[in-house]
Amino acid sequence: MTTTATRPTRPAPLTGARAGSARVAMPVAVGGAVVVLALAVGASVLLGVQSLAPGAVLDAVVGSSADARTDAIVDSRVARTLIGLVVGAAVALSGVVLQGLTRNPIAEPSILGLNSGAALAVVLGIRFLGLDDVTGYVLAAIVGTVLVAALVQSLTMLAPRSSAPVSMALAGAAVMALAQSLIGAVLVTDRGSLDSFRFWQVGSVAGRDAGGVLDIAPVLVLGALLALTAGPTLNAVALGDDLARGLGQRVVLHRGLAAGGAVLLAAGATALAGPIAFVGLVVPHLVRALVGVDHRRVLVLSALLGPAFVVLADVVGRLVSPPSEIQVGIVCAVVGAPVLVLVVRRVRGM
Amino acid sequence: MTAATRPTAPTAPTAPAAPRSTADALAAARRGPRRRRAVVVGVLLVLLVALVLVRALLGDYRVSFVDAVRIIGGAEIPVASFILMESTLPRAVMAVLCGAAFGAAGGAFQVMLRNPLASPDILGLTLGASAAAVVSVVALGLRGTPVTVAALGGSVLVALVILSQAGGGGSATGRMVLVGVALAAGLSAVVHWMLVRSSIYQAQEALVWLSGSLNSVTWTDIGRLLVLDALLLPVLLALSGRLPVLVLGDDLAAALGVRVPALRIGVTLLVVALVAAATAVVGPIAFVGFLSGPIARRLVPGRPSVGIAALVGAVVVVGADHLSAYAVPDTALPVGLVTGLLGAPVLLWMLRTRSTPEGR
Repeated sequence: MTTTATRPTRPAPLTGARAGSARVAMPVAVGGAVVVLALAVGASVLLGVQSLAPGAVLDAVVGSSADARTDAIVDSRVARTLIGLVVGAAVALSGVVLQGLTRNPIAEPSILGLNSGAALAVVLGIRFLGLDDVTGYVLAAIVGTVLVAALVQSLTMLAPRSSAPVSMALAGAAVMALAQSLIGAVLVTDRGSLDSFRFWQVGSVAGRDAGGVLDIAPVLVLGALLALTAGPTLNAVALGDDLARGLGQRVVLHRGLAAGGAVLLAAGATALAGPIAFVGLVVPHLVRALVGVDHRRVLVLSALLGPAFVVLADVVGRLVSPPSEIQVGIVCAVVGAPVLVLVVRRVRGM
Repeated sequence: MTAATRPTAPTAPTAPAAPRSTADALAAARRGPRRRRAVVVGVLLVLLVALVLVRALLGDYRVSFVDAVRIIGGAEIPVASFILMESTLPRAVMAVLCGAAFGAAGGAFQVMLRNPLASPDILGLTLGASAAAVVSVVALGLRGTPVTVAALGGSVLVALVILSQAGGGGSATGRMVLVGVALAAGLSAVVHWMLVRSSIYQAQEALVWLSGSLNSVTWTDIGRLLVLDALLLPVLLALSGRLPVLVLGDDLAAALGVRVPALRIGVTLLVVALVAAATAVVGPIAFVGFLSGPIARRLVPGRPSVGIAALVGAVVVVGADHLSAYAVPDTALPVGLVTGLLGAPVLLWMLRTRSTPEGR
């Protein structure tokens, strides 16, 4: 924030983030992020509603524990940590790509209604097609996410350019309302679905099947590859279409690939852990404040800090009100809503 | 526009072809819109009464009009009495009361903030109320009036946060709408959390505060909302007559004798109270406030439209409730589903046609 004052001539980036180049050197930032991530993972394995001695936990992780109960607890902690890592990386990368592609600082899977679309597709799949495995969920979630992404994007393109952020958020809100109406309709008529779905709906990394990660892995790996290689595309998009074409970019193809990556990541994460809101918003903005607006750096750092954020949020949710837990999706939303308000306050031209 | 298109409409027989004085000309110009307003109110009232009768009498179990009058008069008719007094009639009455509250609140906010998107449901006021209501029911175990008070607290908080984001001139900025969307997302997470914490039976009850439903209305609820509606709606209607002056800008409005800050605060408090009272009982019935205002303004262009918006809201909710109960056989959908399905496309359509200055 202080640099903006000293560099007034630098053109304002269209992402609405702070102008200015890197504040923190990239190696330092990556090193710091890795340390934070390691600490988060350590905390997630060591801390929980049941307090266990660190030594016993380490024994159990290595696999030499004699106590079956400790083993079970540690296994579940390792599983939720693993899912948290995967989901955090996926959602954060998806957020970076969506914000870059749409040149809209508040673009994020949950705000654009992508999560709701995925949730609706999964619920309809459970109720009417009898889906009951993770592969089915993923396919349904991808279909729902793609449809919603196309809908929101086409609506935003029809709206006046200058009000694009508001139009996009409202289109997302409308889609969300629609999806929630339909989800509510399905659930009201079926108490069994309600009971299983209400736990999925809040977004949680606990109690999910860690084996699901393997089922979803192809989707997520492909999405992550597309997203991580999208840095140059996103940088070119930030300059505007004409300039990007002039620089030799095949705008439509590259954008399509990047958008495909974002959709795959959002759908995979939603199928795995349910809708986890605001991570795709908080993490990229935090990263941009650290290393500037070059998307190549933002992508790498977001892929490291996104998992750290989700895992830490999960730890906080475990420790706040023992013996019950607060689901990670709720912790993220409670942290994220004020951040969105701050971001909105700093967007220009509104 | 009506004045222009109806110069030949029957006027007073004594009036000559050319009005003699300015006063006559003004009176002639005002007659058209005024008559149109009377017609609109009349049509809406007839429509509302008809829909209430349809909702209350024509369901899976039909009650004849004569029987209904006898039952309300105190007669006891097996089955029919129970169906009418415990199920269909309370739902119809509640639909009218909460529809009027949502409609008037939405219309007043849209006029005051000069933005058709600035209805309490889009700005997150209804979600503030429903989050507070569901917390007070599930976590604190409250029932009845305390829930309404909690809902009021929730929506007041949201209103404070949102209005503090308003830019100059008091019109709703895009920023304000975005802050509302952000708060709504955070608050719906709270509602979901409460759903997870509760037992499955409580969860089904609390689902009301996710989508809005008239399925479990009691006469006590109706009494509470009736009192609040009767107290708040007339005051809001009286105040809202002055709202169009705000279009001229705060300075000019003040020069014309409107106490602008007092008017804003008064209308905001009334809107918040109405929204909270209705939401505490039936949940956030989606988009009623958002839909009613624009419909009312189309019906009576350029006239005070908050009263019309209340009528439109009541008509929409009663109609939507009938649809939701009988559109799909053997399934009682929540009314919020139908209004959500109606409202979301309208919102999307308005985004498409919205002109830029409003989006600021």
